[in-house]
Amino acid sequence: MQLLAQATAEPLPLPRIDWRAIAPELALAGAGVVLLMVVAFWPGARRGLLAGLTLAGLAVAAGLTAWNWDLARVAFEGAVSLDGITRYARLVLLAVGVLATLMAAQGGGRPEGSEEEAPPEVFPLLLFALTGMVMLAAASDLLVVFIALEILSLSLYVMAGATRRMAAQEAAMKYFLLGAFSSAFLLYGIALCYGATGTTNLLGIARASVDPTGDGTLLLAGIGLLAVGFLFKVAAVPFHMWTPDVYQGAPTPVTAFMAAGTKVAGFAVFLRVFAGALGGMVVSWRPVIATVAVVTMLVGAALAVVQSDLKRMLAYSSISHAGYLLVGLAAAATVPAGISASMFYLLAYAFMVMGAFMVVQYASRLGPPDPGPPEGSGEPQGGAPVDWELGERSNLDDYRGFARRHPWAGALLALFMLALTGIPPLSGFWAKYYVFLAGIEAGLTWLVVVAVISSVISAFFYLRVLVVAYLQEPAGETEPTAGRAPALGLALGLAGVLTVVIGLAPEVLVSAARTAERILG
Amino acid sequence: MLLTAALFAPLAGAVLVAAVPASRVALVRWLALAASLVALALAVAVAVRFRAGEAGFQLGVAADWVPSFGVRYRVGVDGVSLPLVLLTTVLTPLAIAGSWRSADRPRGYLALLLVLETAMLGVFVSLDLFLFYVFWEVVLVPAYFLIGSYGGPRRVYAAVKFFVYTLLGGLLMLVGIIGLVYLHQKATGTPSFDYDALRDLDKAPATQRWLFAAFFAAFAIKTPLWPFHTWLPDAYTEAPTTTTVLLAGVMSKLGVYGFLRFSLPLFPDAARDLQPLLLTLAVIGILYCALVAAVQRDFKTLVAYSSVSHLGFIVLGVFALNVQGLQGGVFYMVAHGLLIGGLFFVTGMLEERRGTRRIDEFGGLQRSAPRMAGIMLVITLGAVALPGLVGFVGEFLTLLGAFLANRAYAVLATAGVILGAVYLLWAYQRMWHGKLERDENRAVGDLTGREWAILAPLVAAIVVLGLFPRPLLERVEPSAQRVVEQTRQTSP
Repeated sequence: MQLLAQATAEPLPLPRIDWRAIAPELALAGAGVVLLMVVAFWPGARRGLLAGLTLAGLAVAAGLTAWNWDLARVAFEGAVSLDGITRYARLVLLAVGVLATLMAAQGGGRPEGSEEEAPPEVFPLLLFALTGMVMLAAASDLLVVFIALEILSLSLYVMAGATRRMAAQEAAMKYFLLGAFSSAFLLYGIALCYGATGTTNLLGIARASVDPTGDGTLLLAGIGLLAVGFLFKVAAVPFHMWTPDVYQGAPTPVTAFMAAGTKVAGFAVFLRVFAGALGGMVVSWRPVIATVAVVTMLVGAALAVVQSDLKRMLAYSSISHAGYLLVGLAAAATVPAGISASMFYLLAYAFMVMGAFMVVQYASRLGPPDPGPPEGSGEPQGGAPVDWELGERSNLDDYRGFARRHPWAGALLALFMLALTGIPPLSGFWAKYYVFLAGIEAGLTWLVVVAVISSVISAFFYLRVLVVAYLQEPAGETEPTAGRAPALGLALGLAGVLTVVIGLAPEVLVSAARTAERILG
Repeated sequence: MLLTAALFAPLAGAVLVAAVPASRVALVRWLALAASLVALALAVAVAVRFRAGEAGFQLGVAADWVPSFGVRYRVGVDGVSLPLVLLTTVLTPLAIAGSWRSADRPRGYLALLLVLETAMLGVFVSLDLFLFYVFWEVVLVPAYFLIGSYGGPRRVYAAVKFFVYTLLGGLLMLVGIIGLVYLHQKATGTPSFDYDALRDLDKAPATQRWLFAAFFAAFAIKTPLWPFHTWLPDAYTEAPTTTTVLLAGVMSKLGVYGFLRFSLPLFPDAARDLQPLLLTLAVIGILYCALVAAVQRDFKTLVAYSSVSHLGFIVLGVFALNVQGLQGGVFYMVAHGLLIGGLFFVTGMLEERRGTRRIDEFGGLQRSAPRMAGIMLVITLGAVALPGLVGFVGEFLTLLGAFLANRAYAVLATAGVILGAVYLLWAYQRMWHGKLERDENRAVGDLTGREWAILAPLVAAIVVLGLFPRPLLERVEPSAQRVVEQTRQTSP
């Protein structure tokens, strides 16, 4: 706060460029440009090379993040804030980027070289999207928020439609139309906030929001519209309609990246704006956020129960997880633990959900499953008609007896499902615990009880995956085999190890999350 | 360290078992049995080093786990948990031996049984509420797979019902634990899950009632207490029999143990206020489940209901809130584990021979399998609390405790004893006595060497503990006394 006060007090016409503060973002954007050039001028470049270059870019960004780890300041006259949220989000987002790159290196669940495979452009797009996400987490000016959000959204719109499959095109279109709509809301909200407070800087808004002479109504309207924009990005009910279609239609690596990355970046900025800048108006917005949290948790969980498609189910489950995160957000304005709980939740959630999508990708590489013996024996047919239109193995029925044929992938699937359910001592459990703790500390015990009920409902559909994969017999006699998938295997291993290790030894990451509790600017 | 070694020996065994190629079935079986025997040996060592006559926790270990949350690894045993640790470590090798012939993916099955053993032992020895909760929930996972992957025709339904039901209770308890820790943080500034620290915390009676309710949800469902028992017949009946032995023999004790260890000392005012409610539920459970058991056609379901009915006595003893009742409750937990384990083992052996569990399919088995009939008679008589056998001591002490607390409950519960004798003996008569009318029953063979190895230790324990209950009771008494004192105090 003091630093910012100093920064704004200096009468500079242009903000001083603080290269160091945005070094990781610059590295990511730079790597994206390099990748774009490589893709454009060397069409024959192998996927492995592109993935390697992407990973190198991520490694540089990670190095710079580590270099900046102890940097706590507000740069660019309050437009960018380097605090605990920023660096924690950078850490998580870069890890998400690494996993997504490994997934993309393996191709989008299709046999290598086919028309359905995502084109090499996904790598630069991934880096650009990541740039937007990291910037969004660091933004402390509403205009920077908007710019960062657009960078990430535009990249994701293209990535979602990266394959020529109709479903992917449709998903991209839906995502684009609804996303543009929500961006408009956000922009209008920014305009109203500016109208009410005369600034787009979060610190300025924070000061103006507690000023009794200000225009309260206008600011409230602005806050409402901002909330709509953010709630759309994090897929909260009733702004969740796009999620199932997009998650299902987009290529699996993109879906995994989107599910984890957008949520991390979205909640980071949500926390900074609402718990930080608008913390003084908590009485006005907490009831709304709490209500949305209740609806999101329950609707997400209830609709996930009736899904028959694994990717759709994971989409609804991610909606329900957004609800738990909103509990953390609702608590965050008055209880600092709310911020660290949400950040830790994002970390744990990112690896669990990406892991789950990796298993989908693993299964899809095997090609369409054997549908089982044909009708005519009088017995009901072993498998439901297999829906291979999406070119992916995401129908739950395709996973009958999956664990018997693929013990390792099945065990990992079980691990991720149990972690998402919140069974100790896996990472998802600590995340849930921490959020519940923050909620109770903030006096929102009723909200925590709703979260518990929603957790029990969620257990139904996570268990259903286990039932199908472990307890049911495989439908067909034979199982197609696919070639080795070293990158995907590595990604799966990483996600699985992280889910277990964070569960067994959460201390380091929890105390790191604690440092995020103080919001700068 | 000894206790920690006993706690994690089965888990290490499970990892080893899982690492062996699935085709080497014999190695898998011997490895699993060896791991469970190591755990038994370590538990016996714990029991030997345990000093009788002391009320407090012994052989404890404490270390930081997640300091930010105040979560620690703290384990220890006292007179209440030691018998249950021994019961668990005795029943698991027997269950492994019981599933020796089962050919259905033995590697996974045995590994899951061992994981289940570690989880259940963890519940009994945890002295940090968080650690306790972790083990409490981990129990669900192996149990879910054991029921759902290896059980009978309706296994998936039973497994999901069991999982969701108990998860609901567990999560409500988690909210209670968080509330308790939050109180601690408000009072002292630091979060702590330590059992003693939370017990010494000042809690207003109204708060206590809410927290008691949250813990009650978990314990009542797990025990199960009437009317939260509906998951149990499905789970017990559908589970493979050796799993049922562990579910009924040990897992059902987790809930009662929770009442004893946590609900009473942590929330003494609420426990005293709600004593009539708990006693009423226990008595209804005893009578209702005895009546339901009496009309079952499937012997396994009959034993399942009889298990719930008998657990009512344990709850009755615990909530009598006096030394006799608590001591009897703990003793009866051990007795119940041995007896119900024995009943389910014999059920499984009959099912292996005949492929059915329907009571009316049997008859006159005494002639074709006289030794088995004799063993079964001892176990059945133990279950109907014949003096001289283990069930009598437990039932007598719990009823005595209940009588001292409130006569009406004791009188009603005694009717349950009579009902228990009626349906168990009636079933025995229909299955083992009478004429050998069916050819299939004529061909039923007597006990094999392996089955002797399973049943002989059980029957020996049933008889010896029935005749000489003193060594066990004198270890339980000081700790039971302490729980009673803690419950009698108004909030410290």
